[in-house]
Amino acid sequence: MINSLFLINPSGEIFLEKHWKSVVSRSVCDYFLEAKEKALEPEDVPPVIHTPHHYLISIYRDKLFFLSVIQTEVPPLFVIEFLHRVAEMIQDYFGECSETVVKDHMVMVYELLEEMLDNGFPLATESNVLKEMIRPPTILRSVVNTLTGTSNVGDTLLTGQLSTIPWRRAGVRYTNNEAYFDVVEEIDAILDQSGTTVFAEIQGVVEACVKLSGMPDLTLSFMNPRLLDDVSFHPCVRYKLWESERVLSFIPPDGNFTLMTYHVNAQNLVAIPVYVKQSISFFECGSDGRLDVTVGPKQTMGKTVEGVMVTVHLPKTILSINLTATQGSYTYDNGTKVTTLWDIGKLNPQKLPNLRGSLSLQAGAPKPEENPSLNIDLKIQQLAISGLKVNRLDMFGEKYKPFKGVKYITKAGKFQVRT
Amino acid sequence: NTISKSNSCIVHFLISFSPSRNEDLKEMLESNKESLKLEAMKRVVGLIAKGKNASELFPAVVKNVASKNIELKKLVYVYLVRYAEEQQDLALLSISTFQRALKDPNQLIRASALRVLSSIRVPIIVPIMMLAIKEAASDMSPYVRKTSAHAIQKLYSLDQDQKELLIEVIEKLLKDKSTLVAGSVVMAFEEVCPDRIDLIHKNYRKLCNLLVDVEEWGQVVIISMLTRYARTQFTSPWKEDGVFDEHNERAFYESDEEKTRDETEAKPYMMDPDHRLLLRNTKPLLQSRNTAVVMSVAQLYWHLAPKNEVSIVTKSLVRLLRSHREVQYIVLQNIATMSIQRKGMFEPYMKSFYVRSTDATHIKSLKLEILTSLANEANISTILREFQTYVKSQDKQFAAGTIQAIGRCATNISEVTDTCLNGLVLLLSNRDETVVAESVVVIRKLLQIQPTQHSDIIKHMAKLFDNITVPMARASILWLMGEYCERVPKIAPDVLRKMAKSFTSEEDIVKLQTVNLAAKLYLTNSKQTKLLTQYILNLGKYDQNYDIRDRTRFIRQLIVPNDKNGALSKYAHRILLAPKPAPVLESAYKDRDRYQLGTLSHTINTKASGYLELSDWPAVAPDQSVRNVEVIEPVKEWAPSLGKTVKSKPAKSSDDKFYSDSGEEEEKGSGSSSSEDGSSSSSSEGVLHILQNERVCPESGSDAESHVQKNSSQTSEESDKSSSQSEKSSSESDSEKKERKTKTPLQKKTVKPTSWTYVTKQQHTKTIFVNVINQHSVLQTFSYSHWSTLCVSLFTQLCPLSLAFPLQLSGPAFVPEKSHDLLHRMTGKGLSAQYQFPRQPCLYQPTMVSVQISLTNTTDHPLEQIHIGDRSPTGLNIHCFNTIECLEPEASVTVFMGIDFNDSTQAANFQLCTKEDHFSVSIQPAIGELLLPITMTELDFRKEQGKLLGMNESSATITMAAENMTSQPISRPVATVANLGMVPSSQDNVHRFAGKTANSGAVVLVTVELRGESTALITINTEKSVMGSMLLRDLKLALAQA
Repeated sequence: MINSLFLINPSGEIFLEKHWKSVVSRSVCDYFLEAKEKALEPEDVPPVIHTPHHYLISIYRDKLFFLSVIQTEVPPLFVIEFLHRVAEMIQDYFGECSETVVKDHMVMVYELLEEMLDNGFPLATESNVLKEMIRPPTILRSVVNTLTGTSNVGDTLLTGQLSTIPWRRAGVRYTNNEAYFDVVEEIDAILDQSGTTVFAEIQGVVEACVKLSGMPDLTLSFMNPRLLDDVSFHPCVRYKLWESERVLSFIPPDGNFTLMTYHVNAQNLVAIPVYVKQSISFFECGSDGRLDVTVGPKQTMGKTVEGVMVTVHLPKTILSINLTATQGSYTYDNGTKVTTLWDIGKLNPQKLPNLRGSLSLQAGAPKPEENPSLNIDLKIQQLAISGLKVNRLDMFGEKYKPFKGVKYITKAGKFQVRT
Repeated sequence: NTISKSNSCIVHFLISFSPSRNEDLKEMLESNKESLKLEAMKRVVGLIAKGKNASELFPAVVKNVASKNIELKKLVYVYLVRYAEEQQDLALLSISTFQRALKDPNQLIRASALRVLSSIRVPIIVPIMMLAIKEAASDMSPYVRKTSAHAIQKLYSLDQDQKELLIEVIEKLLKDKSTLVAGSVVMAFEEVCPDRIDLIHKNYRKLCNLLVDVEEWGQVVIISMLTRYARTQFTSPWKEDGVFDEHNERAFYESDEEKTRDETEAKPYMMDPDHRLLLRNTKPLLQSRNTAVVMSVAQLYWHLAPKNEVSIVTKSLVRLLRSHREVQYIVLQNIATMSIQRKGMFEPYMKSFYVRSTDATHIKSLKLEILTSLANEANISTILREFQTYVKSQDKQFAAGTIQAIGRCATNISEVTDTCLNGLVLLLSNRDETVVAESVVVIRKLLQIQPTQHSDIIKHMAKLFDNITVPMARASILWLMGEYCERVPKIAPDVLRKMAKSFTSEEDIVKLQTVNLAAKLYLTNSKQTKLLTQYILNLGKYDQNYDIRDRTRFIRQLIVPNDKNGALSKYAHRILLAPKPAPVLESAYKDRDRYQLGTLSHTINTKASGYLELSDWPAVAPDQSVRNVEVIEPVKEWAPSLGKTVKSKPAKSSDDKFYSDSGEEEEKGSGSSSSEDGSSSSSSEGVLHILQNERVCPESGSDAESHVQKNSSQTSEESDKSSSQSEKSSSESDSEKKERKTKTPLQKKTVKPTSWTYVTKQQHTKTIFVNVINQHSVLQTFSYSHWSTLCVSLFTQLCPLSLAFPLQLSGPAFVPEKSHDLLHRMTGKGLSAQYQFPRQPCLYQPTMVSVQISLTNTTDHPLEQIHIGDRSPTGLNIHCFNTIECLEPEASVTVFMGIDFNDSTQAANFQLCTKEDHFSVSIQPAIGELLLPITMTELDFRKEQGKLLGMNESSATITMAAENMTSQPISRPVATVANLGMVPSSQDNVHRFAGKTANSGAVVLVTVELRGESTALITINTEKSVMGSMLLRDLKLALAQA
């Protein structure tokens, strides 16, 4: 299936390669680099490239290209999904996924890749299983290792892969048994010039952090499960029970994991927590324009809107801007994409934040055709905008009493305002 | 000393600056310190990871292959796998280490040894790999079996000649019931023999049922294989007329009533229950977090489900659009193909395809594509409004794409053609050139479709002509002028005049169209344009571009009449001004549906290597019964390898085993459903159970079962009755009663043909044999001695005829009298049972071990209907004794049964049932009972032994008591321990014994060599190394203590 993997940084340097079958020369990457040159943005590089002898499937993530080489027919999503798992695994092990991190832990990454695939077919992708085989580095352990000369490679024989519950390792012990669930909802929306909703929907995800001893069997139920329109689950969730009783019943993996993702069927009746008043105009004759943006709270259910940020994608012909913000600060980036990031922070209903000022275009450049679009970022604590509520969490199979907690957060997902 | 040390330091220092920097690594690797070695290996692997060449270190590295340090060892493995191909000779040095590890009692070490061994791509070790794979395929541990499935592919890519042998292993592994193995073996199947659909039949239902519990990557592979399978085995669930009939689809969306009417109209189509099983069992996977799994289920539904069910995948596909950009790309491509054929599926989700300014370019154009496909009379106004926003996009390529999309909408939906056209004309005044140019091109196409009314647009475009600089757009306008010159008689010559002026500075494509325009005007309006045309033709004649010179020459000859070519110029008018068909604006995804959705080939729109075509539905469904696992397959071997009669009963509905535990439970849960009652215990208990019960599934031999059913119909009735009884009881706990019921008759039905096929398909000699066995019920009344002699004589008669017994079986050298308790009378409520191994070749099936059971009734009332009930593991192959109708008080009866232990000492668990009660009992054979004695000469013995050296040999030295040093006392304990035959020996101090394993017929050779005073060397040669070591242990025990 997957023949080889190359990690490539944005400047086109190949800094790691791994082959699971016969070695494929790295010159195969030239096709990819060529495509990369052609694309304006790294995101625009086509994920699947057809070369005379190989097929290249790549993802761009965390400023890195993960490029896999394929020789025969394989579902492309299979490869893409796997590549993302690799990125997640690196993130999981080393805290972030970046070129420096990979270079620092080259050998460990290589060993992990070795374990993840056998002959190009995924063998162990569960983080639980991997961590039993190759322990992630911690500062303490690296000190101990240098002193004692012991290694990170697990010497106990792993059991995870052999059990019927590959996501949970046996013999977990905690002094404090706790289970936390974060219900995080994101609003994806497109608003048009006049502020009416063109499209809006709510995506939710239940992130869990479960630190329970033994083999707990949990059941999580919602007050209003009817809200959930479409769901996908971690493999641990018993689908049958969800179908019949609308409860989540599962033996959880140890540690952090995504329990479920869902979509709320709201038929555009999504409460939009903020409104944006904007006017961006360019003058017909002079190479000049004006920008005026105000953000205010709308349907916030009585909560404060925090972490508000507005990103303005300006036309490329903008030369410089001169703006003043009544609240927060703004940064201006004149790279490949001209953007202004306005970091507002907490939204105060009494005094609405405003950003205004002038834009100057490059001399002789025509008036931009399209007005720039705004992307909004925000956060509301203690609120799931869809109204979803967790009812209760029950535990079976173990004697102790765990500490339980649920947190709600609403965020802006792909929230775009057209102007 | 110190001087030399410091010297070496200096050398070291110097070397590190010399061109071959790896010298220092070599030194470190060869040092004695573990930590230095480890450090060196880390640096070496670092080099490999960076793609640097480290092959010269091979000799230094390979020495460490047997290191005790696990981390070091792993790194060495990594290195080996990378460079073995380049350094084949040196790589061979490491092989023996792996061979040793293959016999390790720890399953993980066995697995990792096999993994590395098979990854070393050295052709010379192919036979060793083959052997190791075969061995591992019948390992106790499912993890090792999984590894062997992976190894199959590796070996196949190394040496394609092994195909046939590998297929045998695949066939064996396909029968495996572990979820761990399923994905990997199907992957191997797809790689090695994707056309051997026949191997799937028997495993089809099992795979469907296991699917939810298989790990996610395996699910993808299995689903795509089952998609292909289903297309060859089932008839089309689609309506006859029009594969993608919009009407049917509407009917689904509009009302149920209409739907039912549709159904009644259609000729009665009955979906194969197996087809339904597949659809039902894949559906929950739409909720998987793995996007590849969701996509593969979606394509399965698309290719296999009845039209009205396909739309259940829509929601899940739309969900995938929230995933990573690359996932979106692939999913959108598939949706694009789907939406062309079935708009209705995605129309409700139209807004999910709205473009955001932050989307990547390829995502934008795919969304545009889909929106265009979804457009219909009802939603076109919304879509056009959305398109208006896109046209203004800063991304001009995308804006141009939008204009093309508008053009497509305009042609597809006649109601909006005018609106679109007007909108496009407005765009002609856009400031951006690409937008204008694209609009011109699209307008040209639209005008061509309905040219009659739009002369004003043509005029407008003529006016714009001066401002447009994009060549394609200019060329398009010129072509329009020429084509419809009669509608704009005044303007066209003027445009030509302008072109004549600027001809030399135009682009080639514009020049060509100018020549065209000139020619057309010359034909229609020669009075005004004759001179202009000649001028242009003259310019063209001397153009730099040969294409233009060529065209000019051609046009001149065609339109300007002269003497020589009168014939053609007569037709000039008809040639140049022929009515031209309007271009069809259609999707780029129009023809992608020739590829299976979700495949690489679909994405790149060409056939990728290794792409497997999806066949068309067969007109008539092939025989359904091939999937019935009860049916005996005709096979070449003596022992018919066949399904597991009992386990095949689809006892539990697949759905309630979504969760692994219960799934595994069914796997090992014995056939008829009654054991299910007991085993639907708590899940954790189930897990434990499985771990204990990991064993190789028996692969052969339930034909005996069919004999019982045939011989005494009563028995089968009986067992049917009991199974249905138990079904009733278990169904209370089971929510899916209905499904259960639908399955039971199906299974009953298949019972009858079973014995038929058996008899007809056996070769003649075997038929005799069968006939003899048919009288088995008579035989049972014989006394034990009679019957055992009969057995042996039968066997010796038949053996020469059969091919699978090259080795002559002999009678047992010694039959131990020892009998074991099967069921104590206290636990058995008065029924007591004892068993012993008569060491006779089993009549029912050669792979079985015969077991003699004495049943005694210690109660004061007769016990009725004593028979064997459920067994576990499910695949366990038992030939039951005939039901004992009645056992009087104080009476006892001796019965025989055959059990296929599959060459393992795993206990056979089954239930001994009376009319009222059932008792779980188990028979655990000693390793020696799994053997059958064979006679051979010393010469043959040596020859066989020569084949079984190396990893197939295990030996030990023991100390024996002095009285054991003669021949007789040695053969005695050996024969007590194991059912082996003596081999005549020419040496006094060497004793040889030979046997073969009951199930696989592997030769087991035992040599006891007396050495000196009281020591002896026991050597066991067998390819079943696990059995070998177990036997060795038993023998050691027996001889030392004796």
